[in-house]
Amino acid sequence: MDCINAKYVSQKISKTRWRPVSASSLQQPELLATGSWDNEDNKVSIWSVGENGGSNMEDEFEEIPVTVASVFFFGFFFNLFQFLDQDRLVTASSSGAVTIYNLKSESQTLSVLHTWEGAHHYQCARAPCTAVVCSSPELVSVGEDGRVVLYKADQSRIVRTIENADSSTIHAVTFLRTAEVLTVNSIGQLKLWDLRQGNEPAQILTLTGDRVPLHCVDKHPNQQHIVATGGQDGMLCIWDVRQGSVPFSLMEAHSAEMWEVHFHPSNPDHLFTCSEDGSLLHWETSSGSDTPSFLQGRNSSMMSRSATAPAGGNQSLISAWLSGDSSKGRLETTHMLPSQTLSVNSLDVLGQCLVCGTDGEAVYIHRRVLV
Amino acid sequence: MEEVDVEPTTTLIPGVGLKQKHLGFEWGPGDILVYETNFRPAGERSGCPSVHVVRKDEDIYSPILRKLFNESHHIFVGLQNITEDVPSKNKKPQFVSISKNYRSVIRACMEELQHVAGVTCCAHLVLFVLRLHSQVSILLATELIWNLCEVLFIDAAPAGCLLLHLLDWVRLHKADVDEKAKEVLQSDSPTNHLAYWDVPSGTQTLTEFDMKWRHWHEECDRCLQDKSFASNPHLETICKILLGDEDAMLEHKELLGTWYHFLVSRLLFSHPTVKPAELHYYAKSSMDMFLDSRSVPEPLDSILLAAFEFDLHQVIKDCSIALNNWWFVAHLTDLLDHCKLLQSHNLHFGSNLREFLVLEYASGLVSHHSLWQLAVDYFDHCPEFGRVYLELQLERVPLETERKALKVLRICEQRHMTEQVRSICKIMAKRALSNNRLGSALSWSIRAKDAGFATLISERFLQDYCTRGSFSDLDLIDNLGPAMLLSDRLTFLGKYREFHRLYGENKFTEAGKLLLSLMTAKIAPRSFWMTLLTDALPLLEQKEVHIYTHTHTHTLSIKSCVFVCVFQGEDVETAKLELLRLALARNLAMAIVKEGTVEA
Repeated sequence: MDCINAKYVSQKISKTRWRPVSASSLQQPELLATGSWDNEDNKVSIWSVGENGGSNMEDEFEEIPVTVASVFFFGFFFNLFQFLDQDRLVTASSSGAVTIYNLKSESQTLSVLHTWEGAHHYQCARAPCTAVVCSSPELVSVGEDGRVVLYKADQSRIVRTIENADSSTIHAVTFLRTAEVLTVNSIGQLKLWDLRQGNEPAQILTLTGDRVPLHCVDKHPNQQHIVATGGQDGMLCIWDVRQGSVPFSLMEAHSAEMWEVHFHPSNPDHLFTCSEDGSLLHWETSSGSDTPSFLQGRNSSMMSRSATAPAGGNQSLISAWLSGDSSKGRLETTHMLPSQTLSVNSLDVLGQCLVCGTDGEAVYIHRRVLV
Repeated sequence: MEEVDVEPTTTLIPGVGLKQKHLGFEWGPGDILVYETNFRPAGERSGCPSVHVVRKDEDIYSPILRKLFNESHHIFVGLQNITEDVPSKNKKPQFVSISKNYRSVIRACMEELQHVAGVTCCAHLVLFVLRLHSQVSILLATELIWNLCEVLFIDAAPAGCLLLHLLDWVRLHKADVDEKAKEVLQSDSPTNHLAYWDVPSGTQTLTEFDMKWRHWHEECDRCLQDKSFASNPHLETICKILLGDEDAMLEHKELLGTWYHFLVSRLLFSHPTVKPAELHYYAKSSMDMFLDSRSVPEPLDSILLAAFEFDLHQVIKDCSIALNNWWFVAHLTDLLDHCKLLQSHNLHFGSNLREFLVLEYASGLVSHHSLWQLAVDYFDHCPEFGRVYLELQLERVPLETERKALKVLRICEQRHMTEQVRSICKIMAKRALSNNRLGSALSWSIRAKDAGFATLISERFLQDYCTRGSFSDLDLIDNLGPAMLLSDRLTFLGKYREFHRLYGENKFTEAGKLLLSLMTAKIAPRSFWMTLLTDALPLLEQKEVHIYTHTHTHTLSIKSCVFVCVFQGEDVETAKLELLRLALARNLAMAIVKEGTVEA
């Protein structure tokens, strides 16, 4: 808990992401990007985060995020972005435009490579883009206009638009396989799209019961049929898109909207969620028989610890998430932030580093996440 | 009406009021809208294209000062939450620690401002740098006052410790103000004698210490009288100062810098065991001695004097006037209130002083495009009027995107503000509807449980169907789920679509039954009756499968009669009606025969 560093940045954070590190290097990420919202002039800023040289005390080291480069979006209200790769950043704004930027860290600049204006629009007005996802070189964006738009990073024209993909707002999108995306909308449906063919979703999944809007989705890094979603009621759902239209497990996670859910990219037994209620949760599931409990900090009382794994321990890691009431595996939840804050809007985790941004105009960095 | 305490300040608005135009204005929550009117004493009238927004408080727009507001909000919320669980006696260290937190936030802000002022060197940013410097000096004064209040009121040190704390206070701020003087001071000040000060903090009682001190004092006096320092004028001066000789001290005014430093020095050397109640006498006399009779005491001086006089209300009042936003007085008063130091006398225009100040501060925050979210927590902790203020303010937060609307909605829902929830959902639903996003509009109506709007949306769908002959947004209508029950019209829509689906899947019996139930349930809109009856036609004509029994057909014919009666005189397609009558008659005949026949 002492390893959390907070920095007040005078802007409410809508999105925060680590810059990807090359797969071969074992380094911790050193650059992160944040997008602001609710300012008169919003911007995406790049920050450099490094350990204070010479400090060898485990508990106390100072992180001084320093703005390296910024780009302004004058007057627009909500900005999101994703890293396309190490050097390129894709942003989407509430004006409906999607832009690729080139990040040159030596010259500390962000320069525009290409803009697709008005990718999202209503008949006579702009429509905000709500999410963008990359799988280099392809990009997909979705918006409040219910469109799914496909781009290629080096092509100046939009590759494909699925008009009227949804009659309600699409809140999030993720790639399942190449040319296959999954979207979630504000009437609680997951829709699977095959981008190569058809204007109709290949599959629609919903929760029975009330149509609770879904806000975020993430797929398991290794198993592409497993996705996690979070919605307005703060419930975390794990789905298997191959089997049936009902989620495998439902967990009460937060008391308000869940804004983002992320599987850890290299250690998918770990899942992170953040919410409007000001908390960031670290979920850890295990199906091995001898997993030590090394999570320090406040354990929430949300999930009760049940019996340990069955004998044999051959159970595949994936099904640990799909075990429903965690009767077969163990599920532990930890609060990552020391105290209640305003809404945590975004989080990202890479290696052992976790970053999140809040409506309290602060960025929190944790460099020793136990995964 | 009470008198105005100070002269109102004049603000110049560039480009307005030229050519003797009259100005009009309108109050806003944190600012004023100013515009030129068309009224002119003589001559032509011309329009004015612009409206000027005049902001009173520019501090909340400073990016560095914003951190002050965010961090202090965090501390404020923490303070409100701790007071419940711990008994009052043990809370003092917590309050002192919170006070120190606030002060460290102020210092951090100050340091950053100084840093930025130091590195900014563009010629055209001179005004900017000047403003930074003025902000720094205001923060300095703020911290000085807060620190003194912490020493005198929150920590409430008794005699003995009191002077130690005051010494720390002066040292801390003296170091800020004059780095150079600090070095000189240290070389001149008899810090070696301050080894004496280990004593009062713990081991001895006040009277014991007092005796020892008097003994030491008499020794010093004897040394002076003996003229043992006569050879060295510096030493002699030092000795005089040690004895508390005020004239000697005043000779070194520039080293002391301020009258409160003089005060503490006086106390240190002549009355080290000063009691809190005696402070005000020494304070007043120090100020009078130090300041020339000509110079007018600055606001800071009178505030500090009021603090030494333990007149909290005067301190708060003077600070409110001197500072241009409510941040300082609101947070300090709130902390003092938690320490139970404010007498709760009610103001005649509101609840108590603390609540009034916090409300004022929060109202100032709310007009800020981003900091409005902080204001919510402040309003929450104003028991009397906070909720009303919040209700009014939340309705006025601009909702540029769905995400923002969701956040505002969550705030309203958590506080059970149902009116505001309905109002926000209605705005968003209407907006979605005008952009032809029927699914979004429906999801907003569901959230607000707004049956009226759900009906409106269903009407739109049904109209679309009538004009185009098919349904749009099938993904929505086919998946309504329990939301279907929100309004009758919506239920009808869902069920009608289901009828079409069943028909399309050739499940005619079920389709027929559903259609009949739709007609009998009375949820169908009038405009749709003809459509429903027409839909029944092919089912009546079905040769292979017998759908409608005798009773059903009877019902259907009754319905069609009713239809005819109701729409008599209106433009009705008579051909269709004829067909219908024929089909009904035939069906009735078939039904009678079939049901009358005994299976052989």
